[in-house]
Amino acid sequence: MKVQLQRVPEIGTVAEAAQLNLDAIWRTEPGIGGWLSTVDHKEIGLRYIVTAFAFLLAGGVEALLMRLQLSRPDVALFTPEQYDQLFSMHGVTMIFLYAMPVLSGFSNYLWPLIFGSRDMAYPRLNALSYWIYLAAGLFIYVGFAMGAGPNDGWFNYVPYASRTYNPGSGMDFYSLGMIFLGISTTVGAVNFVVTFLRTRAPGMSINRVPIFAWGTLTASAANVMVVPAVSLAFFLLWMDRQFNTHFFDVGQGGQPLLWQHLFWIFAHPWVYAIVLPAMGMVSEGLPTFCRRPLVGYTPVALSTVATMLIGFGVWVHHMFATGLPTVSLSLFSGVSIIIAVPSAVAVFAWIATIWTGRPRVTVPFLFFASTIVLFVIGGVSGFMCAVVPVDWQLTDTYFIVAHIHYVLIGINLFPVIGGIYYWFPKMTGRMLSERLGAWNFWVMFCGFNLAFFPMHLTGLWGMPRRIYTYPPGMGWTMLNLTTTLGAFVLALGILLLLLNIAISLRDGAIAGANPWDAATLEWSTTSPPPSYNFPVIPIIASRLPLWEDRLNDTASRSSLNEGYILAHGRETMAIRAVDALPDMILKMPQDSYAPFVLALGMTGGFAGLLTHRWWLAIIGGLIIFGALTAWLWPEVELGEQAEAKRG
Amino acid sequence: MSGDGFRSRRRSAARIASLGFGVVAGLGATPCQADKHPMSYLRGFGTKADLEMQLTWGVLIISVVVILIISALVIMGVLRRRVDVPLGLGGRIPVDRSKPGLSWIYIGVGISSAVLFGTLVWTMMTIAGVSRPPSVPSVDIRITAQQWWWQVQYLSDGPSRLITTANEIHIPVGQPVRFELISTDVIHSFWIPALSGKTDVIPGQTNVTWLEADKIGRYRGQCTEYCGAQHAHMALFAVAQSPAAFKSWWDHQLEPAPQTSSAGLKHGEQLVVYHCGACHSVRGTVAGGVVAPDLTHLMSRATIAAGTIPNNVAELSAWIADPQDIKPGNHMPNLYLSGPELSDVRKFLITLK
Repeated sequence: MKVQLQRVPEIGTVAEAAQLNLDAIWRTEPGIGGWLSTVDHKEIGLRYIVTAFAFLLAGGVEALLMRLQLSRPDVALFTPEQYDQLFSMHGVTMIFLYAMPVLSGFSNYLWPLIFGSRDMAYPRLNALSYWIYLAAGLFIYVGFAMGAGPNDGWFNYVPYASRTYNPGSGMDFYSLGMIFLGISTTVGAVNFVVTFLRTRAPGMSINRVPIFAWGTLTASAANVMVVPAVSLAFFLLWMDRQFNTHFFDVGQGGQPLLWQHLFWIFAHPWVYAIVLPAMGMVSEGLPTFCRRPLVGYTPVALSTVATMLIGFGVWVHHMFATGLPTVSLSLFSGVSIIIAVPSAVAVFAWIATIWTGRPRVTVPFLFFASTIVLFVIGGVSGFMCAVVPVDWQLTDTYFIVAHIHYVLIGINLFPVIGGIYYWFPKMTGRMLSERLGAWNFWVMFCGFNLAFFPMHLTGLWGMPRRIYTYPPGMGWTMLNLTTTLGAFVLALGILLLLLNIAISLRDGAIAGANPWDAATLEWSTTSPPPSYNFPVIPIIASRLPLWEDRLNDTASRSSLNEGYILAHGRETMAIRAVDALPDMILKMPQDSYAPFVLALGMTGGFAGLLTHRWWLAIIGGLIIFGALTAWLWPEVELGEQAEAKRG
Repeated sequence: MSGDGFRSRRRSAARIASLGFGVVAGLGATPCQADKHPMSYLRGFGTKADLEMQLTWGVLIISVVVILIISALVIMGVLRRRVDVPLGLGGRIPVDRSKPGLSWIYIGVGISSAVLFGTLVWTMMTIAGVSRPPSVPSVDIRITAQQWWWQVQYLSDGPSRLITTANEIHIPVGQPVRFELISTDVIHSFWIPALSGKTDVIPGQTNVTWLEADKIGRYRGQCTEYCGAQHAHMALFAVAQSPAAFKSWWDHQLEPAPQTSSAGLKHGEQLVVYHCGACHSVRGTVAGGVVAPDLTHLMSRATIAAGTIPNNVAELSAWIADPQDIKPGNHMPNLYLSGPELSDVRKFLITLK
């Protein structure tokens, strides 16, 4: 078929579109070949979620082992080195390999569906992002399995991380693994930003974007900006370790604080990046169950962006005790206190949504509503840490450990599991059991609070973090035992979730397209969605297209049954970023092995760098070059190259 | 001096406040609990710790109140407004936005901002209050943190009165003391919670802090920046004494080790010089190592190995016999002394009072 570079897209109905074999255009071939080459965002999204949960379980087991060691004073279940690797891997796993990737998974799966589009803007980049994430995660875990895990905590302060104090290859696995993972985060983030700007359905202007997307957009924009800082830091560390450069070498004029600045300039925005999309899930789910639109869409969207902008200016609150000048402490203290304001906007918007709505208490609602409380607990403890003189006492005690777990479990894991209950019907076509789900929620909620609420007091009574054991007589004994018990109850709650998924995948009630009677576009297509998502690209006239008739805000109506057909090969609609007027037809790529091969080449390259086997690094480089060449080779079907003239 | 009177009034006010807060929050900060919780900072024992403690209680109470209010709002909202019609498996359920609800955001964020601003002002005032001591410090101490112990050097009285000790800091009560913090290896953090918040000890830079104890006593501290295998066993103690007792302690520390009299003690001394002297100093003998704690007045200290074990004859013997068993990974090697050798070493060491 001749490629038409200029044409007016046909508008047709769903019935007309059904005559065309869209599935033949979009489906991935079954079998191992299709599995390795697919660029379908739904497949990639699910893989992200499943992989992130596998890492969550690994990190959870590490946590339980640590809790055994800390259950009583002077327990010697693990050697100091083993314990140090456990807490380091626990942090690295949860923060880098679970918390962000699981949100990327939800966004990957949901964005084209909530945008009324057929795929992400860069489907192959999406596949690449997943493969690199998997490879980098395994890369770090291979080191751990060989006894060479990182042992300096997730923030890896120098000079303890330098070769003098840390011989062996644990730090090299971690450094190269983080640089590797940073590539995945960056390409994924670029993809999200462009997808947000360009591939929403026509009519979905910037003020009609589902609130969930604002969270991921903000997080992605931040990641594009801050990941280079941490990649650089780890690169410099690796150079110091392997080639005797002196970036962090005190004896040669290097600066330990340089590491802390580079790391926290990245890691504080990252902490917001791993909660903002999850907050978006809450903002998406609560209105469905409260039967009213979110209170304050615009303030909530703006506060999401504001949190991130202010979030770039608070990193020094991790360094209040490092002896920085008082003026700089005061400034960063002020900004760290002020950042609570946009968070308060979200909290009160959620409460108002409950109070002015009529909540239906379902399992996802329980998870979302409990997030509000857990968010506030994690938020106020963060506010306490922003107060410099208080932080001088709190920092590096278990109070911080309690705080970070309220933030990461409260505002990441709880909404994510709420999101699983909410979107599982869309992803699989079946409902999760509400009965088992209620058990799941209450066991998790009680276990979590039993484990982590007393931990605040453990911190206030002065227990430093990252100690592999503690003496009796400090007043920490009962609290630690309680935390250990709570941790196991929390783990039981997670097992109930897995059990529920296993049962419901086979026996769950059939969901139908819109089981929750929700308002956004993903619920207008079948569950699970077809390979092409939507038979026709809808044309949007309001923020909540499926509730338009009932809200009756405006006279105009979204057109879901009639829209752009786009069936000349893989195609979706590109719009203008702000007003969402149709702009061009995007030609979308076919499934491709290039992302997988590229990730494989990178893995070889990094393994070569790690082991100083330069031939392996060169082979990896050649594979990367080959895969990129294949990837970027201009294709007639994508309109990247005109058909050759005959004769 | 009127300044002292002001300070003591403020301290007693703080104590009353902390007692009241303790009851309110149910966390307890009564004096008897200080011993049960030697590392607690919910109660302060000095000018600086008091200011920090008041602010800590202040923001803690604000936080608890906020948690209670928000939790109540969420629970009440769900209970009062919920509809017991199950949702799920489709069907069209009414949707209603007759109430805008925006006033929740305006009021909630307005009140939050006011509280945040108030805290900000209090924070700045406290930072200003603790950034420097109220009077010129009477004692200057250099702390050299290293894996995994604290070297303590008293600098303020000139070279002739310079003493070096380890892990136990004696300070005069009621007088500010200045600390210079340096590290010879990795980052540590200097923290005695009842007296002051943390200051990191960072190689390549000298951090300065101060503290003041207002009550005679023994205050536990601990390294709080992760520093390697034995980070868990890097405690230190501040011993606050009356100025007179402090001075006599200092005078005593200036004295060298006593002359050995018996043959057994002489043999013990030789063994210590031979086996320990490369790392440890015992002034008055040839042992002059500088990378490990000064042992000249070893028995004047209450613990061994930076607070890991109590310092008595039995524990001391166990430590010398197998330091790697007690504190795995620490930089003191096993010496493989024979039984009689160990006995002579111990006999000599316990004369170092």
